[in-house]
Amino acid sequence: MSGPLKTDSVEQKGQITNPLFWQLLSFVLFFGLWELAGRWPISFAFPPFSRTFVALLSMIADGSLPKAYLSTLQPLIIGIVLCSIIGIAFGIGMGLSRAIEWLSLPIFIVLQAAPMAAIIPLITYMYGIGLTAKVLAVVVLAAPVIVMNSYKGIRNTNPSLLQMCRAFLGTRRQQVIKIILPHAGALIFAGLRLGLAMGFIGIVIAELLITPTGIGDLITYHSSVADYPKMFAAIVSIILLAALTIQALERLERKLFPPEMRGLGDVS
Amino acid sequence: MSADAIVEVNQVGKIYDGGVEALTNVSVALPHGRLSTLLGPSGCGKTTLLKIIAGLIPPSRGEVWVKGNKVDGPGPERAFVFQDFALLPWANVLRNVAFGLELRGLPKEERHQIARKHIAEVGLKTFESSYPHQLSGGMRQRVGLARALAIDADIILMDEPFSSVDEQTRRKFQEELLDLLRHKKKTVIFVTHSIEEAAYLSDQIVLLSARPGTISKIIQPSIDREGRSPDEIRRDKNYLDAVDEIWQILKHYV
Amino acid sequence: MTLFGKRIPIFFSLVVWFVLWEIIGRTELSTITPPFSRVIAAGITIIPTQKFSVAVSISLRSFALGMALALLIGIPMGILMARVATIGKILGMWVNIFVSAPISALVPILMAVIGIGDTTVVVTVFLFAVFVIILDTQIGIKQADRSLVEMARCFGAKRHQVYTKILFLSALPEILAGVRLGVIRGVKGVVIGQLLIAILGVGELFELYSQHFLMEEFWALVLIVFMFAFVVSEAVALLERRVEYYAGSR
Repeated sequence: MSGPLKTDSVEQKGQITNPLFWQLLSFVLFFGLWELAGRWPISFAFPPFSRTFVALLSMIADGSLPKAYLSTLQPLIIGIVLCSIIGIAFGIGMGLSRAIEWLSLPIFIVLQAAPMAAIIPLITYMYGIGLTAKVLAVVVLAAPVIVMNSYKGIRNTNPSLLQMCRAFLGTRRQQVIKIILPHAGALIFAGLRLGLAMGFIGIVIAELLITPTGIGDLITYHSSVADYPKMFAAIVSIILLAALTIQALERLERKLFPPEMRGLGDVS
Repeated sequence: MSADAIVEVNQVGKIYDGGVEALTNVSVALPHGRLSTLLGPSGCGKTTLLKIIAGLIPPSRGEVWVKGNKVDGPGPERAFVFQDFALLPWANVLRNVAFGLELRGLPKEERHQIARKHIAEVGLKTFESSYPHQLSGGMRQRVGLARALAIDADIILMDEPFSSVDEQTRRKFQEELLDLLRHKKKTVIFVTHSIEEAAYLSDQIVLLSARPGTISKIIQPSIDREGRSPDEIRRDKNYLDAVDEIWQILKHYV
Repeated sequence: MTLFGKRIPIFFSLVVWFVLWEIIGRTELSTITPPFSRVIAAGITIIPTQKFSVAVSISLRSFALGMALALLIGIPMGILMARVATIGKILGMWVNIFVSAPISALVPILMAVIGIGDTTVVVTVFLFAVFVIILDTQIGIKQADRSLVEMARCFGAKRHQVYTKILFLSALPEILAGVRLGVIRGVKGVVIGQLLIAILGVGELFELYSQHFLMEEFWALVLIVFMFAFVVSEAVALLERRVEYYAGSR
């Protein structure tokens, strides 16, 4: 049987295969390039890596960064938790009930493709600058992907397994609990991960539009006083935080739901 | 050598959504305690017929009677072995084999005890904690068979159970199946597209015609297995005649 | 779903929602939901206006440019990363980071460095879309069937032929999947970019309508933009479905 390409790609002999080496090299190259680019007169607004790093440390030291994150992470977590509970429940409902599916599926298909960010200005004008607005921004952006993934997880259950359950006289309830839900677990978790990514996007947009709270405020403030190292530092911090959290979730997902245990492994 | 019919198929027809007529006017009696095979060209509806007997698909016309009762769904007296194994990928062998009993509500200790017995029976004793993805195709099919045996049904329905394994493993399985059944006195209804397999295993072969499938002929190989090795049986005149007779009929459908 | 024995196609449920919208709007339960009919009417009035067509054309232009860049750079990049292991290992981490990171956080940087204008929006669209295109292209090429490549070499294919006739086509289902996601993200890029930069475009219109609580116009614009996003992504999905037939047997 044929498999994925390996040695056909252009490779040098005697390669170092330790992934940590490559990650470190990658970081070094990236930050090195950044440093060079910063010193080059591309733009006054583009500080080199060194100054950004220093700015980051100073913002942690003087407490402005931690304080901002407290304000940012609160609505993010609340929003995601709320969204997850309601979204997963609804997605499961959609998967199990043809009636709910018929009513809701077209809407969520459109919502998943749509730029939900367009609604955020409305939210901020209606609910002001407080926690509610931010939580809503997170919910509005994260909900479609969480619902759709939960729904797909339920719907795409291997029909052979469902038939097997019926053949051994399983009731509908047993079928849902013992077959459909375990099978959907992987996609539901993936939906949560993607929902979190959307949540980060929502919170950043909400905060860049509404001041004066959280990381978004730090960014806009330092931008307005032309303190570019600090502005960059704030931006880098949220991007790294989001990326790291989501990568961690991905790793967790692979551990909890290895592809072989989803019946997606070799089909021989 | 006649035995009472345990399954009676009475003028069964099946038309799928979209107008495909898979079966038409199928009537046959399948004897108790024997191995009957449904054989025919691709698309002749043999799997459809098997699933109708299993109660997984309703017939469009006609009825099926099992042990004197009309079939309107799956039942505890019929066990199904799937072609693609249909094992829970997130459960180990022990839980998979015990699954039928789990659905019945048997307590854990009891069903695991029963499962262990049947796992040993199919020769997978050391693999109780393994997961399906760690097993070969042949081993997965044994798990499927053990699961079917564990619920102690009278009738075992097998849907091309050996089609996903290689020839050597397949022959070994055929031996083991016959061995197993000799001791258990179960009725087996088997679907295959292999003529040799059908002739080797069956007490009775039901030949189906091409779509729309209907009974073409019923053949009884009458092979005497008493004290003979598999190789001897494969040279037996009755076996070879049966193979030839089937082929003569089937080759018109190719 | 069947009603009176006849199957109703699923998109009819949208009709039910529009009717519901109309009813809720008329009972004036909330200030932000005018009746559906008035939303449609508002939509019809704003479409021919100059303000609207200028905003839409600017947005479309930025979107098209950004997407074109994302495709022209993203797909070759993905192929390169899949075929040259060193590049794949070095850049792979960054692609993974930026695929899931909130790129909207980068917009202030873009504003500061590039300035306030359409170019920044184009770059935003590019950044939103390119990473998922790179990722999926990479996955697609990596999964290419080895025996197909061997077969081609047997029949004397030169390297560039292997790329165009085998690898690219073999990876096309994944590439198109990435493009579809990229397109969806690109639309988000236009809206978010224009919202944050506060320049002419549909993003600015959203801000404007929200600020002045012109709810009918707001929802009309929402319907238009959302439909656009949906139509564009479905267009790519159509292409995807046309190559899907061989995805299973690769």
